[in-house]
Amino acid sequence: MKSGKFWAWLTFVLGAAYFFIPLIATLEFSMRMKRGEYSFEAYRVVLGDARFQESFTFSVVAAIFTIILGVLLVVPTAYWIRLRLPQLRPIVEFVTLLPLVIPAIVIVFGYIRMYGSSSPLPFLASGLGTNALLVIGYATLALPYMYRAVDTGLRTIDVRTLTEAAQILGAGWTTIIGRVILPNVLIAVLSGAFLTFAIVIGEFTVASLLNRPAFGPYLQNMGANRAYEPAALAIIAFAITWGCMSLIQVLSRFAPKSANRPN
Amino acid sequence: MTDISLSGPSAAGKTIPPGARAMRLPTQWLGVAPFIIFALMFLILPTLYLIIGAFQSADGGFTLQNIADLAQPTIVAAYWISIKVSVASSLLGAFIGLAIAIAIVRGGLPNWTRSAALTFSGVASQFAGVPLAFAFLATLGRLGLLTVLLRSIGFDLYQHGFNVLSFWGLTLTYLYFQIPLMVVIIVPAIDGLKKEWGEAAATLGATQWQYWRMVVIPVLWPSFLGTFILLFANAFGAIATAYALTGSSLNIVPIVLYAQIRGDVLHNANLGYAIAFGMIFITGLANVFYIWFRTRSERWLK
Repeated sequence: MKSGKFWAWLTFVLGAAYFFIPLIATLEFSMRMKRGEYSFEAYRVVLGDARFQESFTFSVVAAIFTIILGVLLVVPTAYWIRLRLPQLRPIVEFVTLLPLVIPAIVIVFGYIRMYGSSSPLPFLASGLGTNALLVIGYATLALPYMYRAVDTGLRTIDVRTLTEAAQILGAGWTTIIGRVILPNVLIAVLSGAFLTFAIVIGEFTVASLLNRPAFGPYLQNMGANRAYEPAALAIIAFAITWGCMSLIQVLSRFAPKSANRPN
Repeated sequence: MTDISLSGPSAAGKTIPPGARAMRLPTQWLGVAPFIIFALMFLILPTLYLIIGAFQSADGGFTLQNIADLAQPTIVAAYWISIKVSVASSLLGAFIGLAIAIAIVRGGLPNWTRSAALTFSGVASQFAGVPLAFAFLATLGRLGLLTVLLRSIGFDLYQHGFNVLSFWGLTLTYLYFQIPLMVVIIVPAIDGLKKEWGEAAATLGATQWQYWRMVVIPVLWPSFLGTFILLFANAFGAIATAYALTGSSLNIVPIVLYAQIRGDVLHNANLGYAIAFGMIFITGLANVFYIWFRTRSERWLK
């Protein structure tokens, strides 16, 4: 057993080294902009850059719309499948997993060909339509994560009893979903939302191919033209991802474990 | 088969009159209609459009010419390097991730190592794309910290044939999200191994090796394999990291497709569809293998 513990430590330490060295190196590199001393100059330059602010704001707004669309799409569906159409579950689960199998670049290629300006549904003919298509594409990419999060949340509540109680009190479907089901799975929905945010904020492929002024293409452009700023941006992006994942962890502490089971 | 034809009418006749049944069905399905329409419009039809396009000539007739045209050297080379990078990064990622997961769950390490590793894995598994490429350029690029440090102690990575803009460079970079993804998914599966199973095996006189071979591996196998396939698809479709890391000096398939979408570099629109079809075909094939393996292993588990 003692040798087992040695190997466990060795694995852990080697793993930690692999994961921390790039972070340390990036941090160090990002602080070397001023010759001969460590400074936060690169961060100052990046954060003061108007294009950074514009593209970052654009991506934040896109992420918020993606989350709204994802919630509107997933919550009623997952709820209805649990309540009335359990036989559809395998099919819907299969569909929600498809974005993990079909690469994002293929999906967006399909959009460009199907929704071009001369097609019956010309999303790409206007800026607003293209933005809408970007949000739709992001919602598709985030679908596997959002669906899983919401479905896990629904598993912990007694959907049927809650629905019947609400119906007896005279609630319609919108009220049931919006004021009974959604608050009960809010923590799961928020987990899905933060994960969506982490995926969307720096996404490159879809934004770039749809020619949107998003954060991902901005990052790529900086990488091709600057030396120290990309390192600072990498640290910022890592901090954002870290923030989203920590929020999910914090939220999961408030999540009910098994509300509908007596034991 | 006979079950369905028998139970259908009898169940309907017993409980609900046929008229009411016909009234009820559509409203049931209305609840999932938005989702189905969304999935059709923005996931399934765009993909089908490309697949059909791959088998069409420029004037719309059926042809296999586009698929045959994939055989040109640059495209074959692109598929080959993509498959190599995806297989290498998912195999290494799967095994290293499994080793780390076993170490933190079963290795007798203090509790903080487990929560630290899991929290970090959650973050790192989502830390991909362009920023990841920046991080590895700052580490292993020509002026990267590790490159400079190693050179100062007399070992020049680049003199020894290493280049971050290469097959191994890209694989090493992909591992940064592949390993954590494996850890995140496989830890719950290892947690699912009950302590009693180990005790039962020991009581029956099994050696540690027999316990692993006959209990642990068969139980973990389906989730391990499933995650491996997921890692493969993950690497195969990824473009942002490679594009930001290597520009277009390493021609993996997604980068070729990206260039084709942007500017029709192949001068043949339908060839672009064929490349996309090839990508779906490969990730789809991987999943067919996964389902096949899983049904086999589940049958064996019974």
